[in-house]
Amino acid sequence: MNILIQGGRVIDPTQDWDEITDLYVSNGEIVARDQAPEGFVVEEVIDASGQVVCPGLIDLCTHLREPGLTQKGTIASETAAAAAGGITTLIVTPNTQPLVETAAVAELIQDRAADIGLARVLPMGALTRGLEGEQLAPLHGLASSGCIAFTNMRHSINSSQTLLRCLEYAATHDLLVVFQAQDNDLVASGCMHDDTTSTRLGLNGIPEAAETIEVSRCLLLVEQTGVRAHFGQLSCERAVQMVAAARERGLSVSADVAIQNLLLTDENVNGFNAAYHLQPPLRSQLDRAGLRQGLVTGTLSAICSDHQPHDPIAKQAPFAATEPGMSGLETLLPLSLSLVEQQLLALPQLIEALTAAPARILGIEAGTLNIGSQADICIFDPDAEWTVNVDSLRSAGKNTPFLGQTLKGRVNATLMDGRIVFRR
Amino acid sequence: MFEANDPNALQLTTDGQLRHFLTTEGLPRELLVEILDTADSFVDMSQQQVKKVPLLRGKTVVNLFFEASTRTLSTFELAAKRLSADVLNLNISTSSTKKGETLKDTLMTLEAMHSDMFVVRHADSGAAHFIAQHVTPHVAVINAGDGRHAHPTQAMLDMLTIRRHKGDFAPLKVAIVGDILHSRVARSQIHALRTLGVDEIRVIAPKTLLPRHIEALGVKVYTDMATGLRDVDVIMMLRLQKERMQSALLPSEAEFYKLYGLNRDKLAYAKPDAVVMHPGPINRGVEIESEVADGPRSLILDQVTNGIAVRMAVMSKAMSGQLAQRGALAEAEEQA
Repeated sequence: MNILIQGGRVIDPTQDWDEITDLYVSNGEIVARDQAPEGFVVEEVIDASGQVVCPGLIDLCTHLREPGLTQKGTIASETAAAAAGGITTLIVTPNTQPLVETAAVAELIQDRAADIGLARVLPMGALTRGLEGEQLAPLHGLASSGCIAFTNMRHSINSSQTLLRCLEYAATHDLLVVFQAQDNDLVASGCMHDDTTSTRLGLNGIPEAAETIEVSRCLLLVEQTGVRAHFGQLSCERAVQMVAAARERGLSVSADVAIQNLLLTDENVNGFNAAYHLQPPLRSQLDRAGLRQGLVTGTLSAICSDHQPHDPIAKQAPFAATEPGMSGLETLLPLSLSLVEQQLLALPQLIEALTAAPARILGIEAGTLNIGSQADICIFDPDAEWTVNVDSLRSAGKNTPFLGQTLKGRVNATLMDGRIVFRR
Repeated sequence: MFEANDPNALQLTTDGQLRHFLTTEGLPRELLVEILDTADSFVDMSQQQVKKVPLLRGKTVVNLFFEASTRTLSTFELAAKRLSADVLNLNISTSSTKKGETLKDTLMTLEAMHSDMFVVRHADSGAAHFIAQHVTPHVAVINAGDGRHAHPTQAMLDMLTIRRHKGDFAPLKVAIVGDILHSRVARSQIHALRTLGVDEIRVIAPKTLLPRHIEALGVKVYTDMATGLRDVDVIMMLRLQKERMQSALLPSEAEFYKLYGLNRDKLAYAKPDAVVMHPGPINRGVEIESEVADGPRSLILDQVTNGIAVRMAVMSKAMSGQLAQRGALAEAEEQA
């Protein structure tokens, strides 16, 4: 299929492009910009005037619920949500049932996603068997079956000796380890940030130290082993500072942040609205400011959705008894655009954080519109407003605190591998 | 765009009447005073031959206790009966919710039986809010204790007890002593005392039993009894659960009693006419010495008596607010 994307504002931070021009797509590739290549017969035109054309978004953290938890979402429903959100690559966590700890499950997820064909799905494998923090998972085999990175998620590896061996083994095979740093001993039965709001509501708090102690331990062991490492969804200012200091010492570690932690704080939990029950928790205003600063300085190079769709029952209980997480694929872009509106980032910088930066962290060739690259493209109207509601969300998870709110910025078309996978 | 929601909109009708009683936090002073005034009249009534009034005649009150309690449950039951309501007591142990029936299912079943009021005790903070907001918004919900969050009727009976003995709140210095961290009673007391305008609220406890940033609630923090009790008019003791010893919060009951247990020596730090309160049940020799608990300055039994009156006041107010709201809704629907 030969597609002409006509008259859009084409932004690609990897090429320093920000201009109104045309893009030509053929056979899954971006084949030309501005001028049609010789012999190009246009079969489909996408009018992108007044819209932004950028690389398809890459989301570093999505919980895909298939296999095993399909009441919360399926690969079909969630990749459809991704396409509607302009996201063309999903990095998915290993906490399916069964877990991504065997080649069979890793391959099943990728095969299902490829059959459906709405988004690229790259699974992360479990770092330890059963995520139990005791025995190494078969990292090399999983990597051969397409696992892009390895994580123990928020399940503690209590023994530092075991963690050290996991990192040494991953380093042996040059595998990327993703930390969702959390000391569960300090989390105990906590369900929100430990501060005045938790004190008032009588909800058990998760102290900042639950994150910083684990970040500190991981950084020291990363330094010792030289493993490729990334910190996912940091939630507090001090953790950002610790990663920044390590990078200054020359350690090559990266970090990302979930969009909701850049916008909301623990005060949103007032009134016990379980939609704000998130993990990592929403933290203080100071933390939010620190995360925003980290984004500006580049310590936090990528923004992710931390998409965790749930069935309605999961959120219908008293706050602490509900399951944490929010559905976020379709709000990732509009919520991120509010950072541009608030003049925290320029639009090309924001697009970098949603495309090229995550590609760099993962070491994959994606997140660019360069001629010859795969045609993963997001076309959005930065000014169009829409209301988040149960009907407007394609995700099976309607669990978002932004329900009922009107957001600015809406995806009009998404191309993956040169095919139109979403068009409004 | 991303504002925190108003936690108090839920418990008031559009014209400011009580329709659920979930927390003392954020309620206007006039409303708290109204509850105390109404309760006062019920205290007087309880000394008469006929103790019943027909305020809740024909209404069904369900006491839903997901946590064991004898004292609170029985005072709620008595209060409802003195208001002429039909009363159903349900002790729902946590095991029955493990059978797969969710809290929501349980409540919707009870709502289908045309209950008018739920009195709810639950181990999770926010349980009463959850029920009032998402499960049965047309049933008046009275919070009889949710997790560590709130126990508003206990706080109001404490306020009534203080007012009946001290009159004016304004000049009072009040100390709350013991396990503040796990205490829903302390949180509700602090909000009520602040709204009623006492001079000073103090909390006294070791740091392991104090929540972070408790000062933000408007209290002064003390870690020793000698300075904390100085010049205090009212001492409110809290119950200490035995399991706190197992979780490295305290070394032993004996050490806690030595440092924070209220005995005659420590009582001498307070004003000579200081009164002593305790929500019960008492651990004698852990939080309080028997001689103090049973002594002339103890108001512990008054608290129990006042508890019935306060619960009658809150139940009758919430019911009339809830009925008014339902009426307004029906009218609006008719017009539409």
